[in-house]
Amino acid sequence: MPKRTDIHKILLIGSGPIVIGQACEFDYSGTQACKALRQEGFEVVLVNSNPATIMTDPETADRTYIEPLTPEFLEKVIEKEKPDAVLPTLGGQTGLNAAIALYEQGILQKHNVKLIGADYDVIKKAEDREHFKKAVQKIGLDLPRSAFAYNMDEAWKAAEEIGFPLIIRSSFTLGGTGGGIVRSKEDFARMAELGLASSIIHEILIEESIEGWKEFELEVMRDNKDNVVIVCSIENLDPMGVHTGDSITVAPQQTLTDAEYQNMRNASLALIREIGVETGGSNIQFAVDPQNGRMVVIEMNPRVSRSSALASKATGFPIAKFAAKLSVGYSLDEIQNDITRETPASFEPTIDYCVVKAPRFTFEKFPEAQDVLGVQMKSVGETMAIGRTFKEALQKALRGLEIGHIGLDNKVNFQDIPDEKIQKRLMEPNASRIFYVKYALQKGMSVEEVARVSKIDVWFIAHMEQLLNFEKEMLAEIEQNKDLSKETVRQAKEWGFSDAQLAKFLNMSEPQFRKKRKDLGIVATFKQVDTCAAEFEAYTPYYYSTYETEDESVIENRKMDAKLGKRKKIMILGGGPNRIGQGIEFDYCCCHAAFAMKELGYETIMVNSNPETVSTDYDTSDRLYFEPLTFEDVMNIVDVEKPDGVIVQYGGQTPLNLAQRLEQAGVPIVGTSVDSIDLAENRERFSKFITKLGIEQPANGSAISTEEALKVARSIGFPVLARPSYVLGGRAMKIVYDEKTLLSFIDEAKEVSQGHPILIDKFVEEAVEVDVDAICDGEDVFVAGIMEHIENAGIHSGDSACVIPPPTISEHVIERIRQHTRDIALGLKVVGLMNIQYAIKGSHVYILEVNPRASRTVPFVAKATGNPVARIAAKIMVGKKLSDFELKREDPRHFSIKESVLPFSRFSGVDIVLGPEMKSTGEVMGIALSYGEAFAKSQICAGQGLPLKGTIFLSVNDEDKRHIIFLAKKLEDLGFALMATKGTAKVLRSNGVKVKLVEKCGEGRKDLLKLIEEDKIDLIINTPSGERSQSDMRAMRAAAILHNIPCITTLQGAWAAVNALDVSLKNGWSVCSLQEYYKK
Amino acid sequence: MKNAVVYLEDGTCYYGQTLATTGETSGEVVFNTAMSGYQEILTDPSYAGQIVTMTYPLIGNYGVNETDVESGGVHVKGFLVKEFCRYHSNFRATESLIDYLNRYKVMAVEGIDTRALTRHLRERGAMRAIISTEDLDPKSLAQKMKKVPSMEGADWVKEVICKKPYLWPAEGEFKDRPRFRVAVIDCGVKFNILRIFARLGCECQVVPAGTTFEEIMAYKPDGLFISNGPGDPAAVPYVISEAKKAVGKLPIFGICLGNQIMGLALGGRTFKLKFGHHGANHPVLDSRDERIGITSQNHGFCVDIDSLDKEQIEIINKNLNDQTIEGIRHKKFPIYSVQHHPEAAPGPHDAQYLFEDFIKLMAESKRR
Repeated sequence: MPKRTDIHKILLIGSGPIVIGQACEFDYSGTQACKALRQEGFEVVLVNSNPATIMTDPETADRTYIEPLTPEFLEKVIEKEKPDAVLPTLGGQTGLNAAIALYEQGILQKHNVKLIGADYDVIKKAEDREHFKKAVQKIGLDLPRSAFAYNMDEAWKAAEEIGFPLIIRSSFTLGGTGGGIVRSKEDFARMAELGLASSIIHEILIEESIEGWKEFELEVMRDNKDNVVIVCSIENLDPMGVHTGDSITVAPQQTLTDAEYQNMRNASLALIREIGVETGGSNIQFAVDPQNGRMVVIEMNPRVSRSSALASKATGFPIAKFAAKLSVGYSLDEIQNDITRETPASFEPTIDYCVVKAPRFTFEKFPEAQDVLGVQMKSVGETMAIGRTFKEALQKALRGLEIGHIGLDNKVNFQDIPDEKIQKRLMEPNASRIFYVKYALQKGMSVEEVARVSKIDVWFIAHMEQLLNFEKEMLAEIEQNKDLSKETVRQAKEWGFSDAQLAKFLNMSEPQFRKKRKDLGIVATFKQVDTCAAEFEAYTPYYYSTYETEDESVIENRKMDAKLGKRKKIMILGGGPNRIGQGIEFDYCCCHAAFAMKELGYETIMVNSNPETVSTDYDTSDRLYFEPLTFEDVMNIVDVEKPDGVIVQYGGQTPLNLAQRLEQAGVPIVGTSVDSIDLAENRERFSKFITKLGIEQPANGSAISTEEALKVARSIGFPVLARPSYVLGGRAMKIVYDEKTLLSFIDEAKEVSQGHPILIDKFVEEAVEVDVDAICDGEDVFVAGIMEHIENAGIHSGDSACVIPPPTISEHVIERIRQHTRDIALGLKVVGLMNIQYAIKGSHVYILEVNPRASRTVPFVAKATGNPVARIAAKIMVGKKLSDFELKREDPRHFSIKESVLPFSRFSGVDIVLGPEMKSTGEVMGIALSYGEAFAKSQICAGQGLPLKGTIFLSVNDEDKRHIIFLAKKLEDLGFALMATKGTAKVLRSNGVKVKLVEKCGEGRKDLLKLIEEDKIDLIINTPSGERSQSDMRAMRAAAILHNIPCITTLQGAWAAVNALDVSLKNGWSVCSLQEYYKK
Repeated sequence: MKNAVVYLEDGTCYYGQTLATTGETSGEVVFNTAMSGYQEILTDPSYAGQIVTMTYPLIGNYGVNETDVESGGVHVKGFLVKEFCRYHSNFRATESLIDYLNRYKVMAVEGIDTRALTRHLRERGAMRAIISTEDLDPKSLAQKMKKVPSMEGADWVKEVICKKPYLWPAEGEFKDRPRFRVAVIDCGVKFNILRIFARLGCECQVVPAGTTFEEIMAYKPDGLFISNGPGDPAAVPYVISEAKKAVGKLPIFGICLGNQIMGLALGGRTFKLKFGHHGANHPVLDSRDERIGITSQNHGFCVDIDSLDKEQIEIINKNLNDQTIEGIRHKKFPIYSVQHHPEAAPGPHDAQYLFEDFIKLMAESKRR
């Protein structure tokens, strides 16, 4: 069927901030959808609250709204833009939930907006577990035994019928919030209550545990002619019981016979038809009993998902793009497969390699949280690796994770691990289980035994045993011959052993081994990802490395050169898996680098290993290499591509950490020199440099030993800010108030910084922190954005809210900041982007940190000011000058506020207080003509919507008590009832504020915790007292999270909130597109 | 494990290591892009005379079992893969693939850059090859190549057919009283075709290719089925002639080679495709309801679209990848045949409705 002509303007809802369970993949799908729909001539209106996305670039959609994704705001956008349709299936669970809310509140009907892609009944049928269960049973498919409960009585009844262990799942949540495996009655009460609370419809499913069964996923697409194809099958290495986002997964499926696989395929077809997803992609999960093959349906997502992004990258089949085209009327056979150009999209990709996805965890950031995996997702990122064999792909994935492993290696001596620990780590899924499989095998456990304990299929374990046995053979060969033969090295490379691993075996350096390997004639070859296992000629240069006989990238390069003439090449190194501190912002920058280089006529080469991203879309650059970001893997690409320049500034710390070695290997790095990068990172050199410029910095020093550290700290005086060098996201950074804490810090920091010194700075208390992003071309400097933090210095810049333009800093200080920025940029000979953090106290402007690279705030600055900062800076790196660009220099008339989004609800038991170590996973932006409205919007975007009436609880530390009086009065004026604990109440009462006294936790019948549980409190303002945060306050903050009560932990945050309440109570909301703001 | 060479007729060599079976073998080398179903592929009689390369690199993952077989034996002349699995996993597995291949003495080679080989075949076309562990010298292999027969004109059907007629009974409720009796001309029939007929309540009277139309009619069948099979359809005139005789006398259904035989019997021509269709992901459009099915395919020859008399014959199925014929129907008589494999095994089941169509045809003609 040709495209629909009854619709012209389409509203797309994005997925909001990056949170656990919802990451860059929806920027990828949304961006693809925008492009596809506009290509087809539709006008696209986009709403998303996340500024760090490519989809919110003003060029991506016709109209771009960075606004909260709530029905109230969406209705305002609908009123203004009058779209004909809304496409809800490409913005993750958030986008889908927003569309459901719009429908259920009658807003879509009122404004005559159609739902395309999936209609309301379909979404309900797939998402609502009871509906879904009925649908599955209707078509004769099997399900785990289960029952629904809407209250605790029903829950207990169901639990008795099903028996333990069982699983609790909460309806309408993402990433499995509020769910878990329950093995005992004690746990059941707690988990069931949590599940009921976190479901927006207070519904939980109590289900037979099929823990340990094999888990599979199929990515399905259907068009309006009822054609259905399976894009990809995925088998999970971690069996049922671990959230699929936390599992190591493999594509295609490995251990089903064709008959069994077809049975699963048939079930998927029947299910998508029964649910009635008219057009687009869906993801269906199955579990299979390894004993007898019984297959049960687990769940279905009637939208593109994290797995569909993975499937797209794993096969080359762009699911989101096609889903968008299907939603406007096309059928699969009317869409061309971009890759082969001659075959239609109505086919099933077949692949001739093995894909392994591995999740990246971040338990080290939340030391109080247990490293145990379950049905609730906890990973913050992932890496994907492609190899010709599972062994190769697995080892590539493990080194691509950047967690200090260089393959399936040994980080610890297996002999030192007690057997009980191995048993426990195998049995209880956790972030490092894959390595415990190896340790177990090394300690002599058999494949079958490991499988029995871990429930991981023998197929996977046996491959790992092969790797281990081969490793033993290699060590024996080295023992005997002091060397490895060419055949052995070749075999090792085919099985994915890294140069670093082999160099370690041979006791030589990695570059030495690399040379030896190349001298032996063993070099990586690159194969194409083409959707069809080479059956048809492919036109998309999307490659992975392996050790085979034919290199297709060389062949294709020759063809391209012959066709287009030899062009200059720029290679861009991406950021690898997302992690806290290094996420979508850097992918945004890498994409802009690619766009910029394309505009300048370069051939662009992208290297990245993160399947969620826009950068790994084969459309983003001219050539895509899906490879780990290690020295070896990057050099292998350099060897075949011979780029004229490599950009290492844009992918975060990952490529920056490679810069020095790449330069030593003769790789041409463009932009700021490696020496300048070192000058900024090397504390001693940097101090000298800053002193020479006459800029103030807090007293500081660095240390490589414990004694030295103590000496430095004593001479500077406590409190100090201590941290390891060469890390991102404030990893292990801490404000230390005494010597004892410093000693324990050093222990932790040693592991993180891997030989680099520990940095110790005087901590400037009560200072205002300012972030500056600037571009320098070596001669001139452009200050792109000055951001004032709302929270005081001491809270990681990635976690604090910040504002453009700065609302409280004087013109005089701003001028000094500009001057310092200029001096530093020119002094460091920066070419490209630079970020500086300042602390302002009184008239002092201290410099905290300089990073001569793209920073996390670059996309925010670009969105706030309308200057495509990353794109301009990339062009400057290859020789353009600032004077070549038209830059908007004047301060914008609107306020933009970046607020962070924190993952605390995922890690039970973790305190939510902010500090110098970054903990947020994502960010949102509030934009408005007034500061108050912008802040209020940012809070709503962050899911911390402020209450407009009700009761506010106040409890502040002694230093803040004086400052709270005026704030409390203001709140009283706005009509709020106030409650406070004894100390705070006393101060407020003596200043004439009416306040109700609340007992501390555990001190009375109506204590704080009970009030929270009974939803008697609507907002909490609680500033903890220094290091000694009291345990009852901690319990209170944890309870607040559980009951979804906004909780403000800084005085500055509280003030911003009061401002916001003031504005929103008095004026109401307005929405405005970026395109309009930029015109103003 | 012994080093082996795969020597192609254009002189290109690929190297790998054999499993237990060593020596020398030859045949036409083709690639199959299905990611699962190696056991069905190995036992499919249509692969007689051919060396099969699997494009999926990991083969043997789920072992082999006693039920997923398409005939009584292994028919490929050689089997080329990237890596054989050393430790399979599946609850139905009764044996490892490696043991199975060794038991059937298949020249099976691993360590091949199967993607490079596939790209080569895609560009140059399917060609003959010799696999050898004895003779690794390209010059002498070039000499030997001269004696390797071409697929064109070769009658491989006679190598794989049943020696004498047999009955495949109906199943389930129709076990004792079959709804229909289907005469199956065995050109190398896949068991799954017979299994599906049986499941649908038909008993199959299987007769070897070469059986005359008169002999077939003696079984009093309700319909005639012409099976899949190996090689060049032009090399089996003895089946084509009998199919011709059946036109207008019986409802006829053909699959794969059966489709080519019907095409020839109805006056058309066949030609050899460059590298054939061998896989489980081919989109086929059924023009009758505009629906697309993902189909299993395995053929090197094809009916020429222009050679058919459009007055008499309607093209009902087309391959959307290359627009070749995937199915025809007679406008006057209850006759149709398809080039793809609705019985799948391996591959998707999207086209299985075609069997039910045949049941309907038989029912209609019985009523008349």
